[in-house]
Amino acid sequence: MSIPTVDALDALESESIHVFREVAGEFDRPVILFSGGKDSTLLVHLAVKAFAPAPVPFPLLHVDTGHNYPEVIEFRDALVAKLGLRLEVAHVQDWIDDGRLVERADGTRNPLQTVPLLDSIVEKKFDAVFGGGRRDEERARAKERVMSLRDAFGRWDPRKQRPELWNLYNGRHAPGEHVRVFPISNWTELDVWRYIQREGIELPSIYYAHQREVFRRDGMWLAEGPWGGPRGDETLERRTVRYRTVGDGSCTGAVESTATTLDEVIAEVTASRLTERGATRADDRLSEAAMEDRKREGYF
Amino acid sequence: MGENTRDLLRFATAGSVDDGKSTLVGRLLYDTKSVLADQIEAVQRASVDKGLTTPDLSLLVDGLRAEREQGITIDVAYRYFGTPTREFVLADTPGHVQYTRNTVTGASTAELAVLLVDARNGVVEQTRRHAAVLALLRVPRLVLAINKIDLVDYDQAVLEAIAKDFAGLARSLGFADDAVVTIPVSALVGDNVVERSPHTPWYEGPTLLGHLESVPVTGPEADAPFRLPVQYVIRPRTAADARSADASRWGDLHDYRGYAGQVASGTVRPGDEVVVLPGGHRTTVASVETADGPLAAAAAGRSVTILLTDDIDLSRGDVIAAADAPPRVTDELDATLCWLAEKPLRPGARLLLKHGTRTTQVIVGDLRDRLDTDTFALEQPAELAINDIGRVALRTADPLPVDDYADIRATGGFLLIDPPTGNTLAAGLVGDPLVLVDLPSRAPSTPGP
Repeated sequence: MSIPTVDALDALESESIHVFREVAGEFDRPVILFSGGKDSTLLVHLAVKAFAPAPVPFPLLHVDTGHNYPEVIEFRDALVAKLGLRLEVAHVQDWIDDGRLVERADGTRNPLQTVPLLDSIVEKKFDAVFGGGRRDEERARAKERVMSLRDAFGRWDPRKQRPELWNLYNGRHAPGEHVRVFPISNWTELDVWRYIQREGIELPSIYYAHQREVFRRDGMWLAEGPWGGPRGDETLERRTVRYRTVGDGSCTGAVESTATTLDEVIAEVTASRLTERGATRADDRLSEAAMEDRKREGYF
Repeated sequence: MGENTRDLLRFATAGSVDDGKSTLVGRLLYDTKSVLADQIEAVQRASVDKGLTTPDLSLLVDGLRAEREQGITIDVAYRYFGTPTREFVLADTPGHVQYTRNTVTGASTAELAVLLVDARNGVVEQTRRHAAVLALLRVPRLVLAINKIDLVDYDQAVLEAIAKDFAGLARSLGFADDAVVTIPVSALVGDNVVERSPHTPWYEGPTLLGHLESVPVTGPEADAPFRLPVQYVIRPRTAADARSADASRWGDLHDYRGYAGQVASGTVRPGDEVVVLPGGHRTTVASVETADGPLAAAAAGRSVTILLTDDIDLSRGDVIAAADAPPRVTDELDATLCWLAEKPLRPGARLLLKHGTRTTQVIVGDLRDRLDTDTFALEQPAELAINDIGRVALRTADPLPVDDYADIRATGGFLLIDPPTGNTLAAGLVGDPLVLVDLPSRAPSTPGP
């Protein structure tokens, strides 16, 4: 039998499990947003632990920009099969094809995820939507609630947030409204990595150093793909890189790294001088309040 | 695990406008190297834009655009930093707009609060209000950070006078002397925040970070009787369910019925005699399960799944409690409310009450009194307005297993919710957790109606 501890990772795990169970107890149709990235993979791991030995009582939803890394999609499908989960996929391409969305001039599809997400929530009548957002990621997220009400338009109004007291979450909502739930709000990037190591959680291979053809843009290493490639005097070169976040291929940069193991990744994250979003997410650089603006519109 | 084990302290900051709280928090983050290069560069750019010669660390904790535009902080912000021995979750509560709402929110999950005062002003009205809210919410430990000591020339006499003044206030609010520590700091310069100041040789206590690293992370709940509000009943229904969840480890799940919840207080062990409330069935804990296997014991804060020896009817909303020290089951509550909504509370209001994992209807009876947080005098109110603290009588539709908030925070706290909008209206505290000492104006608590 294991000995109880007050270890920080145990405390964070217990808090996250508590949130999953509250939602299971109070909502009719929850769903976990799942991209195959490390934060959403952590969410799924925690959900499995929250309800073991019964299965996770929610499906997964992937809002798929189509700008994927094949390794991540393989990983996603293998995990879903292994755990016997149900996966729904909303393809951004479908929205572009039927004219509900228009491709952006810069080719980035991350901001385009909001409409398919909101449409899926309405269509499937999801009332609680789990996301892997963490408050340490970005300053607009520092003020996000664990359970955050969205109106019928999916909008976040930071001035109308409910006070969140003790561990008593108030998820009441009117028909048409839904609640975004962030079970790993209080985890830091380093907590996530340490826990992944402790629990032996598998991740897509692109989180570890590998050789890839990349080109330099805005200080980031971007990979060539269906979203485009080098322009002007940008040139492809072979580099040893890894990804710190998994997002739309057009705007998620790799970092140069030789970290091929979890120990090396943790050492690198510990020593890192840049935040994971600041280093590798062009979508957060669109404006000073980029995340805040996207959150208000219903982004996750 | 093992040598890498670090524990977690949740704490809150409170202070009035211009006490330099944002700078102090920025300093803690900066000096613990919790701020990364891109964030520092952003702050340096913004500082230059503002015509400053040194980086304004308060910009590190700058939040939403509306806040930047107005130069104020609207909402509680959560910050994270760590040292080799401990991780910190900091609830940074703004001082002026809706101070009760924000302080109550930040304090509700804190094991310690850092209250800031300006060394030039000492204990002011806001300090008294904040301290009263922290006392009411039963934050176990307080730090009085006397900031801007550089602006009083590190004068020991000034600091001792403020410390003495505050000690009297803390004592009258029921804080034990050893629960309060006073630390002279300059957030701007960095004195005694992370680095010991060369200017305060007369100060022998810890730096702020040193203190935060050494205080116990657990509150009084650890030693209180066992409570666990049931969140969810785990019943794998089919053989297919069991297979998908790695049946080999779990064995036969045919009769598995697990009660999932987070230990609210005390410790639970297999073999413990428990009572299930409000029903009143007594039974024994067969096993304390987690996905990683059974535990010999689980302490407050741990999420577990309890298996009981008897097959009894139990569902979400019930509380499993120590049989020899159970909570009382009642549908009539004397409670203290922190009113957080624009819409005032009047007697006769029909609302919802969320306690633990149960939500029930509630009718508000008499408004007994309202606390004047400036004078600590009690008044007879016609209503409770936003940011008011007052005592009320409540009657609930279902009986609730409750403890006095002063005894167990987790089973003594509740929410009041507005049925039409679903908004959270109040933080509720069972009983009268604010003990005012040497304040003759405070009437003794009266028994229920």
